[in-house]
Order: sequence, then structure tokens, then C-alpha cells
Amino acid sequence: MYQILKKQTLNANTKLMVIEAPHVARKAEPGQFIILRVSAEGERIPLTIADFDREKGSVTIIFQEVGATTMALGALNEGDCLHDFVGPLGKASELEGLKKVAVVGGGLGCAIAYPQAKKLHEMGAEVDLIAGFRSKDIIILEDEMKNACTNLHIVTDDGSNGRKALVTQVLKELIDAGNQYDAVIAIGPMIMMKFVCETTRPYGIKTIVSMNTIMVDGTGMCGGCRLTVGGETKFACVDGPDFDGHLVDFDSAMRRGAMYKAQERAAVERREEHCNLFKKEVK
Amino acid sequence: MPNMNPKKCPMPEQAPDVRNKNFEEVTLGYTAEMAVEEAQRCLNCKNKPCMTGCPVQVKIPEFIALVAEGKFLEAAAKIKETSALPAVCGRVCPQESQCECHCVRGIKGEAVAIGRLERFVADYARENSTEKAVKPESNGHKVAIVGAGPAGLTCAGDLARMGYEVTVFEALHTAGGVLMYGIPEFRLPKTIVQKEIDTLKDLGVEFVLNFVVGRSETIDELFGDGYEAIFVGSGAGLPTFIGVPGENANGVYSANEYLTRINLMKAYKENADTPIYHAKKVAVVGGGNVAMDAARCAKRMGADEVYIVYRRSEKELPARLEEIHHAKEEGVVFKFLTAPLEVLSDENFNVTGLKCQQMELGEPDASGRRRPIPVEGSEFVLDLDCVIAAIGTSPNPLIRHTTPGLDTNRKGCIVADDEHGITSKDGVFAGGDAVTGAATVILAMGAGKRAAAAMDEYIKNKNK
Repeated sequence: MYQILKKQTLNANTKLMVIEAPHVARKAEPGQFIILRVSAEGERIPLTIADFDREKGSVTIIFQEVGATTMALGALNEGDCLHDFVGPLGKASELEGLKKVAVVGGGLGCAIAYPQAKKLHEMGAEVDLIAGFRSKDIIILEDEMKNACTNLHIVTDDGSNGRKALVTQVLKELIDAGNQYDAVIAIGPMIMMKFVCETTRPYGIKTIVSMNTIMVDGTGMCGGCRLTVGGETKFACVDGPDFDGHLVDFDSAMRRGAMYKAQERAAVERREEHCNLFKKEVK
Repeated sequence: MPNMNPKKCPMPEQAPDVRNKNFEEVTLGYTAEMAVEEAQRCLNCKNKPCMTGCPVQVKIPEFIALVAEGKFLEAAAKIKETSALPAVCGRVCPQESQCECHCVRGIKGEAVAIGRLERFVADYARENSTEKAVKPESNGHKVAIVGAGPAGLTCAGDLARMGYEVTVFEALHTAGGVLMYGIPEFRLPKTIVQKEIDTLKDLGVEFVLNFVVGRSETIDELFGDGYEAIFVGSGAGLPTFIGVPGENANGVYSANEYLTRINLMKAYKENADTPIYHAKKVAVVGGGNVAMDAARCAKRMGADEVYIVYRRSEKELPARLEEIHHAKEEGVVFKFLTAPLEVLSDENFNVTGLKCQQMELGEPDASGRRRPIPVEGSEFVLDLDCVIAAIGTSPNPLIRHTTPGLDTNRKGCIVADDEHGITSKDGVFAGGDAVTGAATVILAMGAGKRAAAAMDEYIKNKNK
């Protein structure tokens, strides 16, 4: 079960995998996530569903090798199997009725913004897709994104690929140019989502964000994924992961997200020490 | 002539200051000699008062008589007639408020140690029996169980023994529910739980892990797959937080999360991938078994100071006596009549303390327990680096939201009659915490057992 059908390197430390998981593929919708374990002793990590194929019974995930578990995952190859793969979890994004949307993706978040744009595009909505990356070298899914929107705006922090700008600048320009969006969907690092929300707030444009919080079970049992939305405690796994960005307390969510930083670093070091597989060069 | 010793044969256990540093089992279990000696204290009362308190109707005097004769495997078979998980029940049941409180020997001394004997018998059989459960002949009917916790496992076992083709759907990667993710290793070794689950597999029960009913498939879709009746034992659900300022600070856990990281995800083992705070000063808010488990885990994870913060007095503590006793022995400090007001944290959002208030007991409230009332001007601060909320749960919305026709109550618990677990939806039965809210393993097992009987009747009637 949960065989890796395809593995693709998107950039130096970002990989795409297509996983055989018919139960998940049958029900998956944009905005939902899965939880996987690489091995019997491994931790459970949540990853948003990047794509799915109901007929083939497969689900696509895209991940950055930043921690011990994602590194172990990245070391697997086509034909290998994951130990566990459960989903779809969380609520699907509510995209019905949206006619004109700006989808904003930041870095790896583009992997999650892409299926949303794709679905909206298929539903006939006009989609402006704004994708931001640190630099040219880490741009992912450019062709896929191009085919999933009306207008694609790629910007980089360092200007190494055409325009040097932040996604929020592009968004503001598009709004100021008279584009009337039914909604803005922002997916990426929390800090980016926070500033997208600050950009749209004065215009009163509904802004949906996808909260990638710390989680253990992902089914509504542990409460680790809690965040404050509109002054209330909400659980990203059952109430989300999509929330009204104008109501999310990003500052507290960001601090909670950093809770295990030191331990995660130690886990990476431990692996590097014990396993030659991880002592690879990053090109 | 029965053994008239007024006291129970004592249970061997690890010394408190040794065991509070390891995750090995606290109590070591009776030897055969101790078990026989204790069994001889049973008067074998004709009217079997002890059995009236057992939700799964274990034939207590009969199995104890067999123990007294040294027929341990026969005793195990006797228990197995009605209970699917004796090694679990012998360890985690609140015997003092179920079977043992009805024991005649308890009037002028201590009750017969029914729980300890049940554990001995189950452990003995596990280690010495070569007999393997076999799948009974199929009756051709398919049933589904949602959730592989105590309610679901019991229901599955009973139905499998009747010849049903049973499939258990479990959201986590391991079957066992709270027995695996909640109750710590030192109270219930996971190999024992796994063994009980393996027995169910031998009986033909199929387990589908990583399957979230309500997401992967709905209840109605399961009926579409050919299951004729479905039992929902999906458990207690989302943790309740304290509701005081500051509780999203780093270092505030729900007991569910803290225990899951430790038990299910093995964060207590060195080099575990799943991270956890190794806190030095911990307060657990709450007074139930889960609070005791969290506090005792915190001690074992290396905390120097562990407090139980409970707003009523010791008399009202809902935890099992044994857990309270063990927690105290292990150095957990109880702050009774204390209510949390605010979680304090530093500029990095890490917990630094818990502001509390002293309480006094007033008149009894709706629960019949005396209501705690704040004492004015009694605020004080506990210096801490971790706070664990163990104050209950609210039902998981997944099944409720995806199952039309399934009634839930104001709190969100599934409405099911206690006798049979019948819900408002035809063919759907429910029991355990999903119905009652957080309760005990044995109550969930009782509900699973009664539902199994009702499901059998339902399917037979339908096919008449």
C-alpha cells in the first residue's frame, strides 16, 4: 500500500511524489490535506494535497526537505512504499460561486495554491495567479500554473526572474487597477498570508488563507493545531485548514509554529550523524 | 475454609522513586501463589453482588473459584466468555466503583482483589496458552465498526464470535484507540493491547487503518459497500481548553496531545522523531484519570515539579483511587481547591507560570458535587514551563456533519439508547465516549457489547 508511483525533483530541496492511495484520491478536493508516516517509528506529518487522480487512485504531494521526516521521505524512490497515508483530512475549500479570484502562492505554498487555481479555472472563474519565490532557482510548477489561470504573475524577492517584487505589491496593483475580486486566496508562509490579509483588509475583499499548523492526529483529537480565529479557539484539522484571513491571529499562530524548532534541528542533526543517506550535497 | 485475611494480598510494584523515572509497568502482577491465596478470600456468594457492577458481566465468582483451584487457563476461558479484553480491564477498570465496591468482604475489610485476579488470569493465559482463537464459520453478513477503541473492539469481538464478517475502520495508524494513544505504557503496556487486537484478527476481524469515516467514506457510503449494520465508537473527540487568557502560549498542551505524543508517537524514547517539551515544572489542570496519566508522564519525562491543579477538594477527585495513590507516591503535588486564572508567558511566548486562585466549596451544583467558589484576594502564581489541560473533551464533528439522519444532543454527542446503542438512523448503532462524552474503558466496552447483541438481532429481524 501507499506506493510511490512517481518522484520528481522540482528544485534543490523540493520534491513531488505521486502516491498510490485510492481511498484518499476518491474523495480528495482542493484545500484538503493528508497525514503520512514514512516508517513504523516515524512521526506523523501533514501535507496539503497538491493534486489527485481519481481514476488512477493516486494523490500528489509536494514537500520541502527541511526536517528529519521530510528528508527521510525525500530519500525514498519510485516503487518504495510509505508506511501510512491517511486522508483526505480537513474541509475542502469553498470555491463555489466565485467568478473572479486572485490566488496568491508563496514558495512551496504554490504547490497548494495551484490545485485551487486549477479547480477555479475549470469551473470557469477568472483567475489571477500571483506566485512569489525567493529566487529563480526555486520556481516550481511554472507550466502547470500557467495552464491553471487566466493571468500568471511570477515575482521573485531578488529579481532573478524578471520582476523583483513581493506578492503583496502585485496584488495591490491589480486591485488598484480596477480588478474586482470576489475573493483572494492566499497560501504560503504565515508571514506572507498575514501581509496579504493586511493588503486586502482596507478594500474589504474576502481573503481565505490555508493554515498549516502543527498537528499530530489531524482528525480532531489532539488539539495541537488550535489557533485563534475571531477571538475563538479553532482547530485547523476539523474547522479548517481554510479560514477567513481577516479573523486569524497570525502572530500567535506563527509563534506556535516555531514551538519545536530546536528539537526539529536536533532531529535533523541526529539523522545526519547516523545515516549517510542524508549527507548528500545540496546542489 | 476461605482465607479470612481482611486485607488484599498486596500487589508487587516498582518503588516510587524508581518507577517515576521509567515507563515500565508500575505494578508487577501477582505470582501464582499470590493469586491462589487472594482467590481464596472470595466467599463465592450465591447472589454474586460483584457481578451487578460489571458492565460486561464477567462471571466473577466462577472465575475466581477456578483460580483458587489453580485452574488458571479455565479461569481465563471463563472470563473470555463475556469479556474481550481482560488483560486491559484488569489493569484500567475502576474496580472500586464497579465490582469490588459490591464485594461482601469489603464490609469488614478490603474487597477481594477482583481486578488484580483478572489481570493475573489474563496474563497467565497470554503467556501459557497455546490455544489460538479461530475464525468461526461465517454467517454471510457484513458489519462495520467505526473506531478501534475499547467500544469498537468489544463490539467487533462479540460480532465475530457470532459469525459476522467484521471490518473495523480506524483513523489512526494503530488500532486500540485510547488504549494505545492515551493510557501510558507504565499503566497498560502496549504489547498487551496489541495481543488483544491480534486475538480479534485471529477471530477474523479485519482492520482498515488510516481510514477516517466521515472523510475517507461516509456512513451512508459504508452501507453502499454492503455493510448491513454499523457501530460508531469514534471516541470522545476534541479536547476542551481551560478558557483562560494565554493558553495558546508555547508549552500549553491538551492532555490528548501530550499523551498522544508520548504513547502513540513514542516521544518518551530517546531519538524519537516526534518532538515534545521536556518541561521541568508542569501543572496539569483537572482531576480525572487522564490528568493523573499526564502528570505521571510529565514526571517520567524529567520534570522536577509536577502539580495537579484541581478546583474542588480531594474527596471530589474523579480519578481511580489507585492512580491518585500512585501519583502521590511518585511525587506529584496536589493543589486542591485551586482554579487557573491565566497562563503567563515570556516575550518569546513560552509558558512561565499559571496564575491561580484559591477556592472554597459551596452548595452542591447540578452534578451533585459541591460548587467551588473563589476566595477573594487569594491569587497566587505557580512558576512553570508547561501547562496541560485535562478537563475533558467535546464530540468530534466529523461523523455528525456527514451523516444525515443521525441525531446528536445539545453537546454534540450521538443520541443512542443505553440498552442497545440504537440511534435515530436505521442500522446505525453507537456507544462509548461518542455517546456519553469522556468516560471509562469498561463503560465503553459494556456499550460495545450491548450494541453487538442489538446488531445481531437487527440483522436477523431484517432478514426474516
